[in-house]
Amino acid sequence: MFRDALLVAGKDLRVEARSRVALNQVAPFALLVLIMFAFALDPDSGVLSKATPGLYWVAVLFCAVLAIQRAFAIEAADGNRDALRLSGLEPAGIYLGKMAAIAAQLVILEVLLGLGVVLLYGTKTAGWALLVCTCLAATAGIAAAGTLYGVLAAGLRVRETLLPLLLLPVLSPVLIGSTRAFEAARNGTPGEGWPWVGLLAVFALTYTIFGAFGFGPLLEES
Amino acid sequence: MTTQRSDATTTTAPPPAGGAATPDASGPIGTGSRGTRILGLATLAGIALAAYLALVSSPDDENMGDVVRIIYIHVPIVVVAYVGCMITTLGSVMYLWKKSRWWDVTAAASAEIAMVTTALTLVVGMCWARPTWGVWWVWDARLTSTAMLLLLLLGYLAVRRIPAESGARSKRASIVGVLLLPNVIIVNRSVTWWRSLHQDTTILNTLQPKIHGDMAFALYLAIPVALMMFAWLLVHRWRLAWLEEEVLDHDLDQAITDRRAEAGFDARSTTVDIGEATS
Repeated sequence: MFRDALLVAGKDLRVEARSRVALNQVAPFALLVLIMFAFALDPDSGVLSKATPGLYWVAVLFCAVLAIQRAFAIEAADGNRDALRLSGLEPAGIYLGKMAAIAAQLVILEVLLGLGVVLLYGTKTAGWALLVCTCLAATAGIAAAGTLYGVLAAGLRVRETLLPLLLLPVLSPVLIGSTRAFEAARNGTPGEGWPWVGLLAVFALTYTIFGAFGFGPLLEES
Repeated sequence: MTTQRSDATTTTAPPPAGGAATPDASGPIGTGSRGTRILGLATLAGIALAAYLALVSSPDDENMGDVVRIIYIHVPIVVVAYVGCMITTLGSVMYLWKKSRWWDVTAAASAEIAMVTTALTLVVGMCWARPTWGVWWVWDARLTSTAMLLLLLLGYLAVRRIPAESGARSKRASIVGVLLLPNVIIVNRSVTWWRSLHQDTTILNTLQPKIHGDMAFALYLAIPVALMMFAWLLVHRWRLAWLEEEVLDHDLDQAITDRRAEAGFDARSTTVDIGEATS
């Protein structure tokens, strides 16, 4: 199963490395969202730096929706999904592989967005251990739920509109948890942030287990 | 709602000679039956009694006055919404396990009623919040997680509405349905935890009326009446959904028979083939 996962993750990341869609379109979109927030919230009033944890994670979620759609769009052409179904790879392995590839892309996006908020919003960083663990746990959760709902929407005519409707309410605990953890790190009270990292980890684990079982039947129908 | 046997068959095209595509005799033909009529009349009587107790005989609240009477509709419909969600998840689990259309249709019918009652809960709750708290909405854990529940149900129903071959649609919908209850619990827990940091959850407790005597009786009567209404709606919606599926199957069989007839096959013999293949 893990060998299959590595194969699929390698394939997806190679496709990304060669097409550079995430780098050339999703990353600029992330930057755009940060600038849009500055237009919406007066940058001189200090709201941006105060609201950074929330804005950061909302931006991550928007980018995640695009990245997940992209991860399944690459298999839409030339009967690639049929090939994947017929390949004999374990569905759980395919799920873990796609999840890992999405997570890897999200981590890079999160680093870019982190640089963006530090440079553009003048946000001070503190509590590095908490920040990194929050990012990893939240990314795992987003990728786990996103891959499951992504395959469900893949191949449907309404996939672009259906995925955010299904995914964003499900990811609301991730948004709450990661934002609170970031706030705790910024306020210099990391003790308050660690329970939220625990919540994020439980979310990620729950969805990984659900996803590993549910992915196969959904892939058959996509 | 009280479609008779003869009405139901005339809505579909007359069956072909072989009769393979007539609605399955094991399923219902109309949506009404003696049982549902008795249940419906009992529910109507219950609603009338509950309305009298809620609006006339029960006293008003010391602090809230007549506004407190909203509780007699607010609490029963939210109970219905929760029961509906549980049945949807149960139906989805059972569908994935047994692969029976019965459970799939149960999950679908229940989710629709849960969606409507959740939306009503929010609307009625907001009408209560305005005179009591002075605002339409507060970011309380219970309100927020009910709003999220509505969105999760809308997502489930959106998946159900996607046109697809019936088996594929049921499988997709049932996986979303299985996740419905866990999602509701996770969202509810995280929202509660989130709001408890802000010390806001007590706002509901301070304004919650003390229920006893006539008020408690009216409320405890209204809840089973609402559940009876839920059962009545569920049975009718279930039968309607079942008939829809039967019509789809029938139309498909009919179309295959027609195409085969066009191609010069003997319609009578091929109909029997299809009947054997699909049964």
